Amino acid sequence: MSILVNKDTKVIVQGFTGKEGTFHSQQCIDYGTKIVGGVTPGKGGQTHLGRPVFNTVKEAVDATGATVSLIFVPPAFTADAVMEAADAGIDLAVIITEGAPVKDMMYAKMYGTKKGMKTIGPNCPGIITAEECKIGIMPGFIFKKGPVGLISKSGTLTYEASNQVVKEGLGITTAVGIGGDPIIGLSYKQLLPLFEADPETEAIVMIGEIGGTLEIEAAEFIKQNITKPVVAFIAGQTAPKGKRMGHAGAIISGGQGTAQEKMEALRNAGVHVVESPADIGKTVAQVLGK
Amino acid sequence: MNIHEYQAKEIFREYGVPVPRGEVAFSGPEAKEIAQKLGGDLWVVKAQIHAGGRGKAGGVKLARSPEEVEKIAEEMLGMTLVTHQTGPEGKKVEKVYIEEGADIQKEYYLGMVLDRSSEMPVMMASTEGGMEIEEVAAKNPEKIIKVAIDPTIGFQGFHGRKLAFSLGLSKEEIRPFIQFAEALYKVYMDKDANLIEINPLIKTGDGKFLALDAKMGFDDNALFRHPDIHEMRDLSEEDPVEHEAEKYGLSYVNLDGNVGCMVNGAGLAMATMDIIKHEGGEPANFLDVGGGASAQTVAKGFELILQDENVKSIFVNIFGGIVRCDRIANGILQATKEVEVNVPVVVRLDGTNANEAAEILKNANIPNIIPATDLADGAKKAVAAAKGEL
Ligand SMILES: Nc1ncnc2c1ncn2[C@@H]1O[C@H](COP(=O)(O)OP(=O)(O)OP(=O)(O)O)[C@@H](O)[C@H]1O
Ligand SMILES: [Mg+2]
Repeated sequence: MSILVNKDTKVIVQGFTGKEGTFHSQQCIDYGTKIVGGVTPGKGGQTHLGRPVFNTVKEAVDATGATVSLIFVPPAFTADAVMEAADAGIDLAVIITEGAPVKDMMYAKMYGTKKGMKTIGPNCPGIITAEECKIGIMPGFIFKKGPVGLISKSGTLTYEASNQVVKEGLGITTAVGIGGDPIIGLSYKQLLPLFEADPETEAIVMIGEIGGTLEIEAAEFIKQNITKPVVAFIAGQTAPKGKRMGHAGAIISGGQGTAQEKMEALRNAGVHVVESPADIGKTVAQVLGK
Repeated sequence: MNIHEYQAKEIFREYGVPVPRGEVAFSGPEAKEIAQKLGGDLWVVKAQIHAGGRGKAGGVKLARSPEEVEKIAEEMLGMTLVTHQTGPEGKKVEKVYIEEGADIQKEYYLGMVLDRSSEMPVMMASTEGGMEIEEVAAKNPEKIIKVAIDPTIGFQGFHGRKLAFSLGLSKEEIRPFIQFAEALYKVYMDKDANLIEINPLIKTGDGKFLALDAKMGFDDNALFRHPDIHEMRDLSEEDPVEHEAEKYGLSYVNLDGNVGCMVNGAGLAMATMDIIKHEGGEPANFLDVGGGASAQTVAKGFELILQDENVKSIFVNIFGGIVRCDRIANGILQATKEVEVNVPVVVRLDGTNANEAAEILKNANIPNIIPATDLADGAKKAVAAAKGEL
């Protein structure tokens, strides 16, 4: 078991024939993901990486039965691509693109929600169900199968965490990189109950960072609804106020959104909060008694 | 990206958000000329820096004659203004804004930001205008009224009424206030702003609303479609090293410590700062060299870090994913040939081909390159090296 995606999930790629799209689609195919086609307007009818290319998402969905779309479309056109996916009946859009305007994503997410489409990202590494299906840009080999669900705002920190978990002799069910932008799709609050319900997931790792209140909302939710152990790390304990730390969402404004307040809220919710990012794997092993 | 008050007011004018008349000046005589042109008998000279709290720090001064405007402008230009938002080093004043004096009956606060929980823009108003709004937000949050505006319906009368009534405005004042707020919403949306603050918004003796102060920030990701705003960027307001980094696609923020950090990925970069602190050191910077971490970006990274004279050691913490560690190791070696690195460099490479990378670094046998096995080991060594204990 896993959450959201597995070895049978059919995936199309928007921005399939571009440089990024091509490289990462190939990596996904090599990992075993069922990439069933792609969309590049104007290139419909061609074949790319041995898969059919379509002009529109609707055509791709009709022809392949895909339910997930992996999006590599450049920032200026990302929202358009997301809304096209929603309009075509896609269930889940995984948006890798970095640098999409916040206003665009605000509209795109609203429209997606209206059409019943979930989104992951933008500006994220994607989602991977270990040893089954990788829909994103993460290095697949780090994610060995095991009992730990992973939710993270950051890309490389996701790899770091998974690597630590695997070094402890454990592994990952599904890892979701939710992205660090001010407006993102699925977040802790929506993903936690999925892991709670997944029989293979025994513990959950949650990686957050400064800025916004998603981690605080997650803490409240965990207190009420999550019985599985949660281990959390919040990046940016040493970040100065008012500065953008790489991610557009990672700004502490007016003393709000600090790592300290998030760690405090999570601790109060019974979460095992680690101060050092080197202790994530160890702590997971401890709470699982392994 | 942030802009100056005078620039924000230019945008406001374009959108019909009422502001007092005024112009920017770069010298005393120019300031005097502007004052004469504006006419009247009261002027305000305002230091143009990207920080609030100017009033309390002596950066906003009233003048009663064009000669006085000139004198004040001359004093202000070139001075370093230290406010609660500039940090102790302050900011040098390079231009002043000369504005007609307003007849202030009451001061309010009006602002807009993206509300990340409702994922909509929110307009905020308060009767506690003029003073530090952060303080009000902390001590009396109930005094700030917030209205989220669903962009699919846009600004409606009811949004305006909700704010107006909570501000205790009279029947006659409601219409002009709503017009003001509606124009402000349009500015915010059209220009891809992520912050607008008007503190104070004033009601004048004759019942009009005017923006006396104006702060605007924009979504960097949307600047590509606003060349006019991009042009308003004032590089003298930014850290030159941060700007240099940006040119090379790197993200750098200078900090106070002495352990330089070079990391791939923003989250891991923040985590690296945290672990350095955790191990008893102080990070000198945030630096995300991105996913690629090529010889070129690593070389540039060393250059940026070493511009800070406080740096006593460097921690290179790279998690190689798609980009293999052996290539990164070679990149680091190449970079140390291009840039003279005179402090110990602790290198932790993990992920794809980590073992090969370790071999490469070992065989290169460069005395100031110290390999580390994992995150904790690397942080410990970097901190020890900065203290001269390695
Ligand atoms: N045109 C004007 N006419 C009369 N008074 C003015 C004018 N402009 C500013 N002031 C007065 O000076 C005070 C400070 O100015 P302003 O708010 O622009 O700067 P500030 O101190 O940097 O603000 P903040 O701390 O909110 O960032 C205002 O609250 C107002 O009382
Ligand atoms: Mg002010």
